[in-house]
Amino acid sequence: MTNAPFMTRETIINALLALLLLGFPLAAQAMGEPFYITLATRIAVLALAAVGLNIALGLGGLVSFGHAAFFGLGGYVAGILATHAFNAEPMLFGFEGTTSMPAIWLAAIVVCGLIALPIGAISLRTAGVYFIMITLAFAQMIYYFAVSWPAYGGEDGLSIYVRNEFPGLNTAQPLPFFLICYVLLLAALALFWMLRGSRFGAALEAARQNPVRLSAVGIAPFTIRLVAFVISAMVTGVAGALFADLNKFVSPSMLSWQMSGEFIVLIILGGKGRLFGPVAGAMLYVLIEYALGGITERWQFFLGLILLCVVLFARGGLLGLLAGKARHG
Amino acid sequence: MRGGAYARTSELPLTLDLSPQVGRGGVFVAHFPASESIRLSIALLIEQLLNGLQLGVMLFLMAAGLTLIFGVMGLINLAHGSLYMVGAFACAAVAAATGSFWIGLVASLIAAAAAGAIVEVTVIRRLYDRDHLDQVLATFALILMFSEGTRWLFGSFPLYLDIPPLLQGAVPLPGGGQYQLYRLAIIGVGIVVAIGLYLLISRTRLGMRIRAGESDREMIAALGVDIRTLYTVVFALGAALAGLAGAMVGALQSVQVGMGEPALILAFVVIVIGGIGSIKGALFGAILVGVVDTMGRFLLPKALALAMPAAEAGPIGAALASMLIYIVMALILAFRPSGLFAAQS
Amino acid sequence: MKKIIVAGIFGLSMAASNLAHAEPVKIGVITTLSGGGAGLGVDMRDAFTLAMKKSGNKDVELVIEDDAQKPEIAVQLAEKMIQSDKVDLLTGIIWSNLAMAVVPNAVAQDIIYLSPNAGPSVLAGAKCNPNYFNVAYQNDNFHEAMGQYANKDYKKTFILAPNYPAGKDSLTGFKRYYKGELAGEIYTQVGQTDYAAEIAQIRDSGADSVFFFLPGGMGIAFMKQYAQSGVKIPVMGPGFSFDQDILPAVGDAALGVKNSASWSKDLDNAANKEFVEAFQAEYKRLPSVYAAQSWDTANLILSALGKASVKDKDAFRAALKAADFKSVRGDFTFNTNNHPIQNIYVREVVKEGDVLTNKIVGTAFEKRGDAYAEQCKM
Repeated sequence: MTNAPFMTRETIINALLALLLLGFPLAAQAMGEPFYITLATRIAVLALAAVGLNIALGLGGLVSFGHAAFFGLGGYVAGILATHAFNAEPMLFGFEGTTSMPAIWLAAIVVCGLIALPIGAISLRTAGVYFIMITLAFAQMIYYFAVSWPAYGGEDGLSIYVRNEFPGLNTAQPLPFFLICYVLLLAALALFWMLRGSRFGAALEAARQNPVRLSAVGIAPFTIRLVAFVISAMVTGVAGALFADLNKFVSPSMLSWQMSGEFIVLIILGGKGRLFGPVAGAMLYVLIEYALGGITERWQFFLGLILLCVVLFARGGLLGLLAGKARHG
Repeated sequence: MRGGAYARTSELPLTLDLSPQVGRGGVFVAHFPASESIRLSIALLIEQLLNGLQLGVMLFLMAAGLTLIFGVMGLINLAHGSLYMVGAFACAAVAAATGSFWIGLVASLIAAAAAGAIVEVTVIRRLYDRDHLDQVLATFALILMFSEGTRWLFGSFPLYLDIPPLLQGAVPLPGGGQYQLYRLAIIGVGIVVAIGLYLLISRTRLGMRIRAGESDREMIAALGVDIRTLYTVVFALGAALAGLAGAMVGALQSVQVGMGEPALILAFVVIVIGGIGSIKGALFGAILVGVVDTMGRFLLPKALALAMPAAEAGPIGAALASMLIYIVMALILAFRPSGLFAAQS
Repeated sequence: MKKIIVAGIFGLSMAASNLAHAEPVKIGVITTLSGGGAGLGVDMRDAFTLAMKKSGNKDVELVIEDDAQKPEIAVQLAEKMIQSDKVDLLTGIIWSNLAMAVVPNAVAQDIIYLSPNAGPSVLAGAKCNPNYFNVAYQNDNFHEAMGQYANKDYKKTFILAPNYPAGKDSLTGFKRYYKGELAGEIYTQVGQTDYAAEIAQIRDSGADSVFFFLPGGMGIAFMKQYAQSGVKIPVMGPGFSFDQDILPAVGDAALGVKNSASWSKDLDNAANKEFVEAFQAEYKRLPSVYAAQSWDTANLILSALGKASVKDKDAFRAALKAADFKSVRGDFTFNTNNHPIQNIYVREVVKEGDVLTNKIVGTAFEKRGDAYAEQCKM
């Protein structure tokens, strides 16, 4: 339950993964291949979203099949604020929108938190498969709402014509934007690490393994879980805002259940319950998808085959292979 | 928006005349100041209820297999929708080759059951002692493989499948309406399957083992029942039910890659509402979802049109209707966190 | 990692005009080659590569990749093609939502994009761009044509479409020209597969005709269920639900249905005859309207390559805008907003032997542009 000694094999591998994710785009920049920076940014953003989910799933054992809702909400916060600022059309309460990334992230955190609170409060009345399905139900509600709501493009989506700004950096360039995403990913990993080592993390772990005993010592498992769920949604929301800026586009497909499924896949692929599981998973998934897509139009078949082999023969995911058994169940 | 029966002012109805005299089979008439009205004939209402029932029965066939597999083996099977697709493609391909829907229907049962058995033996069997997450990932991977594999075999274009001549046409309904024979037949098949499953589980040796497997997995193995075969049989049975649903629906809609996933999501909604592992719950949940979805699509835009201009009521009503079953599901789970007919597990 | 098809195996007879600009040209094709919507993308790709092959132009190199009908993947592919493959032109996208994801960013980087399908209204109006050429149609066109045509025979039409922007544009387009009364207006769910509830309402509405826009599997499901329900009210719709990719799956239920399109396989011109024959000979199936538009897109590009270097953007844009190619749709010119001015025909589904296909029965519009060109400041 406490964090292990400083230099375990897993720590070394985590450090290597972090360096690899940083080194790859730097090398691409040096070789004049900006596309690979974009690819690395995609990895970082998807990993960030999955790290968010991992707070609920990995620490709290809360398998949310609806985190695309927060990913998409974050994306729409970015898209809507930017559109209003870009077109100089005031929105609700005369607010003018903004193109400043930190302000957008803050808005995404607030919006996702406010929406995650009731969703979590209702969903956490259930457990197990029911929890999986009720989170899916909420995500589907938001998805169908976004598809049919005409104001911001509905199914057609919403374009962000100029990438939002960050003070002191030229975000239109791939590398500075990657660095922003990378730093946020590291920050989220640090948050995950701190939560896991904290008393809160211990309580969450206890809520997962023995809720009755936790109640007996006067801590309500419900509240602990709800806080974890809300924090988790907020992190994923920030990732959504970055994803919107990466693609300069938001659409309901960010809210789809396939997206929720993809986040879960990233976590399991990397190794569940691990700090760097989502990072390893996102690297592997995006690279496989990219490489296969270039080879054959049947790439989805082989993607499925690879995923299947990972589950069947590489228990514990990529990090399980590289770093041995997880310390956390 | 130009004039016509649908362009209506936003004034509320002044009176609601419920005298069932007008038109065929009685008509509810809401009078409007602009002398326009919404007609809700009883015949149409009955027809829509039957439509909801029929949709529910289709969902039941999907959900029964899913809930059975979960109840007995504790497995979340996302690839259940793929078995539904296999059934539809097998029926369409065989019907096209032989000219007979009925041979196609038999083929769909065989193909789906065989696909289910093969998948169980090669993949699923290794997942029973894993947690739900591994099951989700593995069966998600199976979806990708089934979808692309089907496209590999059958090409990128949708296949043709029509209802058999025997079941074409419609039967009259009380109140003056009519209802399509094929859809009535689907309802009939659903009832037969529901009764059959009930008898199978409560009266047969296989059913006894299934019940035993649901309540205590270790015990049944200790009793010397060949649990591996039992699981394969149950999985193949669930797959065959999905394949049957796919074949019957294939005649109504488009037989194409990706048809399974929307049905899968609805089937999950159904079993969660009903209580996972409960066949009775699946039946009840399926009919509830079918009727709520159909009536929501039918009535919500009309209801909203009483309070706002029709041009806005249409899209908003449709948007609400598409969210409706998820709202119902969230409400039910909020008050009954283990569904309506929770099994003991 | 690259999937590049080098077109132009029969390059022996290179035209003199091509010699003048014999430099390699790279075209990125992003289209849907997997999943449920792959049929449209496959037709697009097949016609495009066939046109390139027939031209004998050895300098054209195609980079073709699958977007899996997902906007995020399409965006990523566009970035890759622009930054890594360094393509000169982009084309291929089938769906409006994917086009909306890719086109604004691509054209802002001074990449020329040619749309072989999908023409969202935003890109035809306020957000039009000199680098964006639509070789297909503006999304409203086919629906407007049906509205215009419906005036001839019908007075009380029931209309339905999915509840998303393209669906609303469709019904707006229909109503723009339709003068009769509406027996009802329904928005269905996106991806809906059962239309029993809607068909019951149609039967009950007293309509004299039905107009629907339900692309892909939704349209197949609706047409089959409509025919099975025994409702005899005549149906019409845009050509998307009655094209060669879909007709075999709908079957005889589609017979006699009137639908609108800018192209039909029986259009009487030399280019069209050549196209239909070549496509059938190569792929053993009839081409769809997506194949026709894609063939035109390829030939438009080839015609411009004969006139100007693709590196000289201004000259190349002017060469594209001239639309100096033999369109399978007959007369084809570009409007001020780089969208087509073309005839929109009314077709009827007929059976030729065992094969369901379309024949032209009328012309809804001659030389039709679109409703958004005025908003385009270019």
